[in-house]
Amino acid sequence: MIFEDFIWRALIGGAGVAVISGPLGCFIVWRRMAYFGDSVAHSALLGVALGFFFGIDIRLGTLIACVSLALFLALFQGQKRLSSDTILGILAHTALSVGLVTISFMESLRVDLIGYLLGDILSVTISDIAWIYGGGALALVWLGLIWRQLLAVTVHEELARAEGISVWVVRVSFMALIAFVIAIAMKFIGILLITSLLIIPAAAARRFSKTPEQMAALAALFGGLSVLGGIMASLQWDTPSGPSVVVAAAGLFVVGSLVGVVLGSRNE
Amino acid sequence: MSKSDENLIGEGTLTGEGLLVGEGYLIEGRNIHHAFGKTSVLSNIDISVSPGEIVTLIGPNGAGKTTLVRVLLGLIRSDTGEIIKRPGLVVGYLPQQLSIDPVLPMTVRRLLRLTNRPTTTEMLEALSETGAAHLIDQAVQELSGGELQRVLLARALARRPDLLVLDEPIQGIDISGQTKLYELIAQIRSRRGCGVLMISHDLHIVMASTDRVVCINGHLCCSGHPETVREHPEYMALFAPREAESLAVYTHSHDHSHDLAGHVVPIEERGNSDHDHGHPEHDHSGHDHADHDSPERDITPRGETS
Repeated sequence: MIFEDFIWRALIGGAGVAVISGPLGCFIVWRRMAYFGDSVAHSALLGVALGFFFGIDIRLGTLIACVSLALFLALFQGQKRLSSDTILGILAHTALSVGLVTISFMESLRVDLIGYLLGDILSVTISDIAWIYGGGALALVWLGLIWRQLLAVTVHEELARAEGISVWVVRVSFMALIAFVIAIAMKFIGILLITSLLIIPAAAARRFSKTPEQMAALAALFGGLSVLGGIMASLQWDTPSGPSVVVAAAGLFVVGSLVGVVLGSRNE
Repeated sequence: MSKSDENLIGEGTLTGEGLLVGEGYLIEGRNIHHAFGKTSVLSNIDISVSPGEIVTLIGPNGAGKTTLVRVLLGLIRSDTGEIIKRPGLVVGYLPQQLSIDPVLPMTVRRLLRLTNRPTTTEMLEALSETGAAHLIDQAVQELSGGELQRVLLARALARRPDLLVLDEPIQGIDISGQTKLYELIAQIRSRRGCGVLMISHDLHIVMASTDRVVCINGHLCCSGHPETVREHPEYMALFAPREAESLAVYTHSHDHSHDLAGHVVPIEERGNSDHDHGHPEHDHSGHDHADHDSPERDITPRGETS
């Protein structure tokens, strides 16, 4: 089977997304931040609208919107009047709706809304790939630098603080990192589905890992397999690419769970 | 610390206060006040730990024990007062109820390398010291409460701490395990010469392995050698009646309880006892009190009350 160029670009770009979303997704799972990821992703559409409005690169607009929302949430974490999931709910859907409303005002523009919401892996360009690999490498280095501290904070915040880790810096820098990765990966998998690529491979990897590092590596591998499977399925049956990747990831999760159950019962 | 100190401690002849005078404190808190909102939690508390000394902080629930430890560790800032740490002080901390989410895969080996990087030999050394070397490749989530505490203690030891801080280390451990854990902590102190600050709510079990007891209830009630504190009216007021009350609740048919020394203490009816010993800070109304002025008084037989 000879692949067209666009398929190679999709596979290469998707692999890049998987490598960074796997380890990052583990922390989202460990720290129970799925809803936070979702909220940041929803604000990406506002970034798209702002990008069009100010005539700047859409990806840059998305990056600014996502990171701003993450930092805003980090600042709001201290207050106690509303629970954090309420605040996330307010911000997520407000950002999404403001984005949609703003785009609807720009009548002259033909915006591929579905493409932004669900992603379009097969339309990935060389510059998208450069963006992903450049940003992804930066994100991996960033995560590598805070890895030990972030893990200590995840295990026990006070213990980490008592042993000299500046918890606030680590936490905020992690939130900004999530926003950064969501912004660079959005084109592939879409605003509504990006969180699933962070969470499902990580969840699937749990059963087969003994240490946090193993789980991160396995999550990256499972993410890569999901991207591969999803793109192949999308070509074979002409299904939308983003949802196909998520279905593949979910399939992997289910198979992994069944294998885990079988192995677990054999060990007993 | 020298070998001769170990021997002295082993023989139980040395109280913490007599130990190593002149070496200075590992950590000292002076005149600590702290309030959450308008509720004062700690007022005017002085506390210190010397090298090689085990200091046990006791007090009823809500007395501010954990808050005081958090202030000393610098986890929260007290409203007033100062914390003086010996320069370069390495603290090993065992927080209250550390449990690791099952979704986070974690082996004992990995947990020991969480905030510093001991070698395998160093890890095994620390784990052997707490009797947990065989657990090194176990998943943390599969450990029993006692095993987890031993592993966490080893984790703190692997940091080579000058000061161990333990917040209710015996939670979730059965009585015999509790005594063993306290013995272990005393051994570690003797071997390493580190200072130990721990929180307990039960003086009875911790007594044998502590040099000095600091009893707080928002304010400093009393402090000193465990035997002295046990006889102190403020300590009696805080603990003796509560224990009597809880025993009465669970046994129903008994009309007396035992104080910490095992002496029989009759249970007074609510509001019957009337005492005041010059502490306007706390309110004695609404508690049952065994008469703390005569802890060793005779049994007062009464009919079944339930």
